[in-house]
Order: sequence, then C-alpha cells, then structure tokens
Amino acid sequence: MNLTLKVWRQKNGEIAGQFVEYKATDISPDMSFLEMLDVVNEELIKKGEDPIAFDHDCREGICGTCGMVINGVAHGPLGATTTCQLHMRTFRDGDYIVIEPWRARPFPIIKDLVVDRSAFDRIIQAGGFISVATGGTPDGNAILVPKPDADRAMDAAACIGCGACVAACKNASAMLFVAAKVSHLNTLPQGLAEKNRRVLSMVKAMDDEGFGNCTVMGSCEAVCPKEISLDFISQMNREHLRALLRSK
Amino acid sequence: MFNAKSPSGSLANQWMKHRQELKLVNPANKRKYDIIVVGSGLAGASAAATLSELGYNVKCFCYQDSPRRAHSIAAQGGINAAKNYRNDGDSVYRLFYDTIKGGDFRSRESNVYRLAEVSVNIIDQCVAQGVPFAREYSGYLANRSFGGAQVSRTFYARGQTGQQLLLGAYQALCKQVGAGGITMYPRTEMLDLVVIDGHAKGIIVRDLVSGKISSHAGDAVVLATGGYGNVFFLSTNAKGCNVTAIYRAYKRGALFANPCYTQIHPTCIPVSGDHQSKLTLMSESLRNDGRVWVPKRPGETRKPNEIPDSDRDYYLERKYPSYGNLAPRDISSRAAKEVCDEGRGVGPGGRGVYLDFGDAIRRLGENTIRERYGNLFDMYQRITGDDAYKVPMRIYPAIHYTMGGLWVDYNLMSNIPGLYVIGEANFSDHGANRLGASALMQGLADGYFILPYTIGDYLASKTVGKPSVDNAEFRKVEEEASARTLRLLSIKGRRTVTDFHRELGKLMWEKCGMSRNEAGLNEALTRIPQLRTEFWENVNVQGEPGELNQSLEYAGRVADFLEFAELLCLDALDRRESCGGHFREEFQTADGEALRNDEDYAYVASWEFQGVDRRPVMHKEPLVYEEVKMTQRSYK
Amino acid sequence: MNILTRAFSSSLGKKYFMAVSGLILFLFVIAHMLGNLQVYLGPEVMNNYAHFLKSKPSLLWTVRVGLLVAALVHIVTALQLAAENRASRPERYAIAKPFAASFASRTILVSGVVLFAFIIYHLMHFTLGVTDPQFLELRDPVSGYHDVYRMTVIGFSDPVISGFYIISMGLLALHLSHGVGSLFQSLGLRTKRNLNGIIKFARLSALIIFIGNCSIPISVLVGAVKLQ
Ligand SMILES: Cc1cc2nc3c(=O)[nH]c(=O)nc-3n(C[C@H](O)[C@H](O)[C@H](O)COP(=O)(O)OP(=O)(O)OC[C@H]3O[C@@H](n4cnc5c(N)ncnc54)[C@H](O)[C@@H]3O)c2cc1C
Ligand code: HEM
Ligand code: HEM
Ligand code: SF4
Ligand code: F3S
Ligand code: FES
Repeated sequence: MNLTLKVWRQKNGEIAGQFVEYKATDISPDMSFLEMLDVVNEELIKKGEDPIAFDHDCREGICGTCGMVINGVAHGPLGATTTCQLHMRTFRDGDYIVIEPWRARPFPIIKDLVVDRSAFDRIIQAGGFISVATGGTPDGNAILVPKPDADRAMDAAACIGCGACVAACKNASAMLFVAAKVSHLNTLPQGLAEKNRRVLSMVKAMDDEGFGNCTVMGSCEAVCPKEISLDFISQMNREHLRALLRSK
Repeated sequence: MFNAKSPSGSLANQWMKHRQELKLVNPANKRKYDIIVVGSGLAGASAAATLSELGYNVKCFCYQDSPRRAHSIAAQGGINAAKNYRNDGDSVYRLFYDTIKGGDFRSRESNVYRLAEVSVNIIDQCVAQGVPFAREYSGYLANRSFGGAQVSRTFYARGQTGQQLLLGAYQALCKQVGAGGITMYPRTEMLDLVVIDGHAKGIIVRDLVSGKISSHAGDAVVLATGGYGNVFFLSTNAKGCNVTAIYRAYKRGALFANPCYTQIHPTCIPVSGDHQSKLTLMSESLRNDGRVWVPKRPGETRKPNEIPDSDRDYYLERKYPSYGNLAPRDISSRAAKEVCDEGRGVGPGGRGVYLDFGDAIRRLGENTIRERYGNLFDMYQRITGDDAYKVPMRIYPAIHYTMGGLWVDYNLMSNIPGLYVIGEANFSDHGANRLGASALMQGLADGYFILPYTIGDYLASKTVGKPSVDNAEFRKVEEEASARTLRLLSIKGRRTVTDFHRELGKLMWEKCGMSRNEAGLNEALTRIPQLRTEFWENVNVQGEPGELNQSLEYAGRVADFLEFAELLCLDALDRRESCGGHFREEFQTADGEALRNDEDYAYVASWEFQGVDRRPVMHKEPLVYEEVKMTQRSYK
Repeated sequence: MNILTRAFSSSLGKKYFMAVSGLILFLFVIAHMLGNLQVYLGPEVMNNYAHFLKSKPSLLWTVRVGLLVAALVHIVTALQLAAENRASRPERYAIAKPFAASFASRTILVSGVVLFAFIIYHLMHFTLGVTDPQFLELRDPVSGYHDVYRMTVIGFSDPVISGFYIISMGLLALHLSHGVGSLFQSLGLRTKRNLNGIIKFARLSALIIFIGNCSIPISVLVGAVKLQ
C-alpha cells in the first residue's frame, strides 16, 4: 500500500519545527508502524536527507520507549497498544497520516518525534519506591499479601512509563502514570509505612514538573497500552486526601 | 593470565569463606570512591543502587532515555530461586546441579553454586521492594515450573516478571538518585574504556542528545551492558542492544569468553518479510497444547486447514516420540530448521512451521485454550493479523540470549583489574546453555549480592592513585572515539547501516546460527572482513555529530558487530564439539544429538585481542568438576 | 487554615475544592428546583414558601454566603486549573482527537462559563431587580408577600427569555452529567464497584434537573401555568 505522511520535523528544542510531507510506498500490511517509518527513513538516507528521529527499543510493547501521536491519537487509532505494536493493516491504501510527537510542557521536544520524558524519572525519584536497602530483608513468605491485593498492585505496576497518558490528555496531565505507581506501592503491605509521605511527595513532584490537572476525561485510560484504570487515580486522590489530613 | 580465584574447600562453604577473606573498605572512605556502572538493566541497576547504599559515589549510564527501559524489561517467564516453598525436593544443590547440567558442563562449579545460594535472597529482596509476585489465595508466594525443571521454583509476576524485577531495581536506583548517591546519565552511550597502568580507570561516552563526547573517570568500572544477540540482526533483543561496551573493553585487553555460545528460542513469531526489524518471542508454554507440523510435500500450496492429516508431518512427535512437541529448545529449533531447509517450511519466505491448536481445541474446547493462552493468542493476532483459534500459528526459532561474554573471575572482575562485568555481559554462570528463568536470577545475584562485596576487595587493596580525566590516556582515547564518529559521518557512501546489519545478520544466522559447520564458518570468516571493509568505504550515515543522531549511534554499533562477528565465528570454528547452544553438524550422535567432547573441550575459550585483522589469541581456562559428574543428556 | 492552603497549592488539593464546592452547588440546584416546582401548587403555596425562607434571615444569609463562597471557590479554582492545564500544553496538536473523552467532559469549562453568565443574568432577573425592577414590587393579593409566582410566570412568558433559560438548563445538565461523576473521582470515592452506579446517578440527576427546571418555563409558555 502507499501512504502520505505528514510528519513533525524539528531539528532540536531551540528551533521551531514544522510539518513535512513524505510518501511511504510499497508498505506491507504486515509491517509495524515503526517498520513503515524505517522504510521511509531508508529512503531519506539514500536521498541524503536526515532521517526522522523517533524513540524505540524493544519493539514488543513493553519498554515504553516508543510513542507518537498518530492522526490525533497517542499510539494510534487502535487504543490500548503501543506504537511499535500497531500494524499497518490498521490503515488503508492511500491514507493520509499525521504524525506528531508527544506534546506537553514537561516533555520538551529533543528532535522530531523524540521527547524528553525524564520528568517521569524525577517523579519516581521523589518517592516512587520502598525505602529498603539491599540485604537484611525478611523471608519472602514472611510478608503475606492477599491475592486480591497482589493482583491489584500488579494491575497498577504494569505501567510502562510511555507517557501516552500525558500525550492523550487534553490537560497534559500525568495523573494516570503517577497514580499507577502510588497505587502499586500503597496497595502492598510492604509499602504502607511510607504511604503518606510517598503520595504527598510524588504529587508535589508531578506538580512541580508542570503537568496539568485531571478533569476526568478518560482519554489516558483509553490509550494506555497497559489499560491502567482510572480507578487508580481515584485511589491516589483518596490516599492524597488522607495523607493531607494526617500531615502536619 | 588466568586466575579464576575460585575458593577452595567444599562448595557449600566457599562463598561464606571467601566473603570473610575479602578486604573491606572503611565506611568513611567509601564516599571517596567513584564507581562507574554502565548499564541499568537488572544487573546494572541493582549494582548501582546497592553500591550507592553502601556509600560509594556511583555514576550510572544507559543509552535509553530512562534506566527503566533496559532490555531486562522484556523478560516474561520468571525467575528461579531455590526456596523449596513447594516442598517438592528443591534445594540450593539441586538448582546448582540443574544449572550446571543445563549448561552442558561448560560453566564453573564455584560460581554456579554461589548463584544458587544467593537466589533465595533475591526473592526476599524483591518482595521487600514491592515487586508484585503472583500469590496464592493464602497470601503466600506462588510458583510454577519452567524450562523443563522437575521442581516448581520459578517466581513470576504475570507475564511481566522481567519488567517488575527491573522496576524494583529501577526504583531502588531512583531512591539513591534522589538521595544524591547516584548520578544518572541516560541517553549516554559508552564508546570506549580507558585503561591506565593496566587498571580500568574510566570510560568515554557520547551524550546522545548533544553529541558531545566526554570522559568519566572512576576508581572502578562495572559493565552491565547486556547481551550481543543483535549481531544476528534479527533477534528477540531490543533494537538498541549492542556489543559495543564489552567489545571495546575486549579491544582494550579484556578477554572475551565463549562468544559462540548463543541461545535460540524455538517459539518466536516468524519473519514476515524483508522489512522485519525484530522478532517477538511467544511463551514456550504454548508447546504444552500445540502440535508442531509441516506439510509432507515441499512446495505445498494448500491452506493449512485444507491439508489432511495424512499429508502432514508431525515431525517432533515422529522423531522424538517420548518428548514429542516438548523436546528441548535447541532440539526442536534445529528440527524446525531442518524441515524448512527441505523446502517444507510455511508462510512467507518458507521459514516457519505450524503450531496447531486444532486438536487441543477439539479436545478441551476453545474456552479452555482461551483461558490458558488468551493473551498470547491476542499478541499473535496483533502482530500477524491471524486468528490462531481458527488457523494454526506459525512459529520459528530466533536468537534469544547470549551465554558468552567478557571473562570474569569469581569476584566478577575481568582480567583487567578494576573492570567488573555483570549480568548477561559476562560469561559466567550459564555455560553453553542457559536454563529458562535463570538470567534474571543471575543479573540480580551479581548486582545485589555479589559485586557489592567483591568490588570492595579491589578498592581496599588498590595502590594506583586517583584517576583524572586530564590524564593523557583519557585524551587519547577520547580523541580516537571522536575521530571514529567523524569518520563514520564522512564516508557518505551508498548503503545504509541497516543494509549492512541485515546482510551481516543473515550471514551469521545462516552460517553460525542454529547449527554450524566448518565450511559455513569458513565462508563467514571470509565474508565478514569483506563486508567490514565495504562498510568503512560505502556506508551512508546522514546528519551531524553534534545532535541527536540515531543513524550515527547505530552505525557505531554495527561497526563493532562487524568486528565481533568474526570473533564469534572463530570461536565456533575452534570449538570442534557440540554443546548447549553451540551445535556443530560434524559432531552429533547417530540420532542428531549434540556430541560433547569433554576430553578436549572442557574449558572456557577466552580470547585476547591482537588487532582488528589479526587472529586473537585463545587462552583456556580448564573447567574442573569436583562435585558433579559430567553426563550426556538424552531426550529420546 | 494551614491545611487548606497546603491543599490548595497542590493539583489534587484544588480538585477537592472543586468537588466540595461543586457538591454544594449541586445540592443547592436540587433544593432550588424542588422549591421552584411548587409553582405547580399555585401562587399561595409558592409565595408562602418564599416568604418563609426570607423570614429566617439567619438561615437565608448563611445559605447565601455559603453559596457565594462555594461559587467563588468553584469558579476561581476552575479558572486557575484551566489556566494551568493550558500552560501544560503550550504547543497544540495539529489534529487532536478527543479519544474516548465524553462531550460533557471536554466542554466542562464552556458549560461552566455559560452557567456563570446565566447565574448573573438570573440574579439580575429575579433577585436583584435589575432587568425588571417592577418584579420586586409584585405583591401576593392574599398574603401581601412578594409574589414570586407572578414574577415567574411573567418572567417566562417571553419566549426569548425562556429559551435562554432552557438552553442554560441544557448546559447545566451537561455540566452536571460529567461533574457529579467527576466529583466522586476527585474525592477518591469512586471505585471499580460503584463506578457504574455513580455514572448513572450523575446522568440521571442531570436529566431530572433538566426536566424539572425546564418544565417551568415550558409550562408557562404553553399556558399550563398561568396567572390566576
Ligand atoms: C524476550 C526475552 C525474554 C526473556 N525472558 C527471560 C525470562 O523469562 N527469565 C529469565 O531469567 N531471563 C529471560 N531473558 C533474559 C534476560 O532478560 C536477560 O538476560 C537479562 O535481563 C539481561 O540483564 P542485564 O542487566 O545483563 O542487561 P540489560 O537488561 O540488557 O541491560 C543492558 C543495559 O546496558 C545499557 N547499555 C548497553 N550498551 C550500552 C552502551 N554502549 N553504553 C551505555 N549503556 C549501554 C543499556 O542501556 C541497558 O541499561 C529474556 C530475554 C529476552 C530477550
Ligand atoms: C450551578 C452551578 C454549578 C454546579 C452545580 C457545578 C458543579 C460542578 C461539579 C460537581 C463539578 C465536578 C467537580 C470535580 O470534578 O471534582 C464541577 C466541575 C467544574 N465546574 Fe462546575 N458547577 C457549577 C458552576 C460552574 C461555573 C459557574 C463554572 C465556571 C466557571 C464551573 C466550572 C467548572 C469546571 C471548569 C469544572 C471542571 C473542573 C475540574 O474537574 O477540574 N462550574 N462543577
Ligand atoms: C428554570 C429554572 C429556575 C427557576 C424557575 C428559578 C427561579 C428562581 C426564582 C423565582 C428566584 C427568586 C426567589 C426569590 O426571590 O424568592 C430564584 C433565585 C435564585 N436562583 Fe433560580 N431558578 C432557576 C434556576 C436556577 C439555577 C439553575 C440556579 C443556579 C445555578 C439558580 C440560582 C438562583 C440563585 C442563586 C437565586 C438567588 C437566591 C437568593 O435570593 O438567595 N436558579 N430562582
Ligand atoms: S499509565 Fe499507561 S499510558 Fe501512562 S505511562 Fe503508564 S503505560 Fe503509558
Ligand atoms: S485524560 Fe486527563 S483529565 Fe484525567 S482522566 Fe485522564 S488525566
Ligand atoms: S519500542 Fe518498546 S514499547 Fe514500543
């Protein structure tokens, strides 16, 4: 199949970017979206042009590196998938595809479709962990975790930190990402000792990065490749409220 | 050249005794030491976090935008530990024995025993960190059996064990970054190692965003940069996985051990066309209910469901009646290659075999199959567009893991003092073949529980002064790295990097993949240097040095693969036996089984660099088995 | 106090203010509707009820001040949040598909702002006597109390004004159909189990408020409620 792409090109964070049109020819429906871009890039290189920069690594939907907004939807029209797992059979011959980077103030553009998501790392650094040092921990079975709690924690922990939630949210809010980590750790008995401090400092870090607020629109949940539920945002709100009331 | 430093005495006491003998660094002095950790996978992140907790100053590097994205994230199955929670007869000794045997008797007893020993601590550590392992209704940890083991010792977090373990280590790392103990350098690639007066003193890196090449000095350097499966172009590894860090260290004098030990995974989604950029692994558990077959006739054109049973060849059931579809990884992989070589492969390109659930669905009903493998079927459908409930899946083996790596002693130190290598990057524990769910265990054992002890011994006894990046050697190596980068950009030839990588990969897969023979390896050894020469004359890398330039990063990695591939083939040629992941067609039993030669090849082949176009020198570390007896395996 | 400022300084905390003030306004709207529906019981009942409220100045002013504070908090917070949200995405998407987000959720700010305009107009209309000063002079022929019934009927006999009310009630319903559900989420009261119930409750209450409130101008227009 043959496609027309309109791709955001931006040399670096300082220079303004613009859209450039490219033709993608002879695309097989079995290609992944990234493989389609590989083909376009090979052509660009052969023509002596700078290939389109985009982030990717595992190409199997787990590392969270890839991500672009395709025709207005983070990770593309399917929903609940990563860009690397989106395949060209989702599109039709002759389609016009607009490709943009994640756009959010805390995710500055580095080049073309590559953005800087280190804000997520800083949020985790603020409290997204259990403060245990290596060694001296009790036997794994000494801490019993009821299966429903373990399952719920796992549901939340499945987040791959791709940032699609931010990209999709009209408010560029990082609630779903932060809520997933807060809920993962605050649901488990191991995480209870620090639960109040954790939620307060993670939310503060999130605010300091400049992410938007949640108006409960649900786009984040719909594009999230790991289908992290809005329920966790509710849990974070609850934990935060409680922590706030308890704090001095 | 060699001192494996394996402690003496009974296996069970070695590690304890050894730790007692290791020198300690005074706590107040620890913060005076800078330790460089390259890699933030399970091995790197766990080491960086632990070293920082101990008080060392840590600098940690990774090429991804965040340490959380290291390829460890992709591991699905689980992690082994000799907890014996099931009371099914597991023990440290049994895990040790299984690992040695699984490795086809090509690993070091003392290392493997220690691995089994600390495996139990890993689970405790990870639970404390909040890794959401699967639980029973009672609240106790759940287990499953994995990779043909006869005991249930695999811990798992759904199908995302690697992810959860990595996030645990990543969070520990983040905690230390937040506390100021670790400086994290994401999007930074190590280009070279700096060795001064025989000691590892630092690294040269390129900031992938600004393109700036700079030096970092440290009192010790830890490489945790993962495996080199991408030398085959197509593998289950992430696109960025590379050999650069360890290969550069090799070129600076570190020994490269057993590069030819590469592992194939039998159930991957086959290549669908020339555009293919990577392969995706499907859990091996599928083979419990699926039946593997190909058409009897080469060139069969009918759709799978139209081929009657009489025209199908269930070749695994035919050749290995007792194990059937569950024959071990390497055996079933080679059998698939064989039938495809006969022209009976299915799907585009003829490189695939059917994994058919038709019978299972008729027997158990579609719902049962959906319950067992629903998510795998979904993933398969997403990638191939096929509904495996209706038509048989197509699978084919792919490169998955590399057992070889830099040579290390019992302390995980390479032959260059001050250079430590951990995780998949070293050669240590898996011999010629790794058991399922053991790589995660090894990475975390190295990072949490071994390296943090052993590195102190070196630091405490170190006599060489503090390194500085102003040293002439740093300047020299930095300039070499810059020059190489500029050279790659200046060629402006006609072939893209991918083009070269793809050709190299194809060559390696055909001549040095699932099965190898002398003629093929010699062919590869002739072709690789030609390809390398052409690369340096005709590669086309666009863009500029001082910016984010993914083609340039890629070109540097492929340039190293083009040298390293030769070493891999050389090692494969040199090892005139079949063992584990290394299958030499000349050395097989009458029924196609690997034929080991313990007499002549029970050693670690450790290669020493002599120059790019010169044959490296091989040093043999003999493998002495005091505890276990070498046996030949059989799966008939 | 300290806790309030601390709450207000965080994104989640602001949402607590939104939710609580929104809840107060929501409860008022319901109570107000119930009061207004007395129009169907005739002038006597309605005027007596209005008089009853006004004869209790402490209650009246508590409610009035409460409402005013709630409204101010709600609006100020809403505008602040909206400004922050805008700042979080300085560069817009060329194509922005509101993936999975409901119409009501995307237009909550617009519906809120129009509601604000409505409230101002409504107060000028019926309470402050700005648009129709004579309204405040109307007296119930029997009791001599302020004739709220007549005011309502006269007020709604102009189809343009009624039309504006009806449109505003549509927006109110839209605002609440999302807002009431969202309130529970903001306070962390929504769970997987009660999710569907809450969504239904929000939509249903919005619908009831829409029908209840609109029925009044419509009844006046079609002559079902008329001057007696
Ligand atoms: C699909 C798949 C499934 C698997 N499933 C299992 C399983 O179920 N159980 C099991 O035990 N094992 C499994 N394995 C194997 C296991 O995941 C890996 O062996 C292990 O995670 C390797 O960890 P590591 O820390 O050594 O390296 P990695 O996780 O690969 O980390 C490498 C790190 O080094 C950095 N790096 C690399 N090169 C450079 C450079 N030049 N400069 C700077 N930084 C660099 C990277 O950024 C990264 O942070 C699986 C592997 C694959 C591919
Ligand atoms: C009768 C009047 C009003 C009622 C009953 C009402 C009710 C509510 C409720 C219950 C919410 C949900 C709060 C939450 O998500 O926690 C809400 C949200 C909102 N309201 Fe109102 N509101 C009213 C008037 C207004 C006005 C006048 C504005 C105008 C500026 C406004 C703007 C908003 C906005 C922007 C939100 C979304 C805020 C967010 O979720 O972050 N509302 N409203
Ligand atoms: C069609 C629907 C409505 C009708 C018929 C209606 C009718 C009235 C009437 C008759 C009064 C004057 C009461 C008096 O002076 O005694 C009044 C006051 C008021 N109305 Fe409404 N109203 C409607 C909708 C609303 C809505 C949706 C809101 C808020 C969002 C609202 C807010 C108010 C307020 C704040 C007052 C002033 C109360 C006071 O005096 O303290 N009204 N309304
Ligand atoms: S919550 Fe979902 S969308 Fe957001 S970062 Fe995590 S995985 Fe990505
Ligand atoms: S889309 Fe945005 S508004 Fe909230 S529910 Fe998700 S963060
Ligand atoms: S590349 Fe890893 S999730 Fe897409």
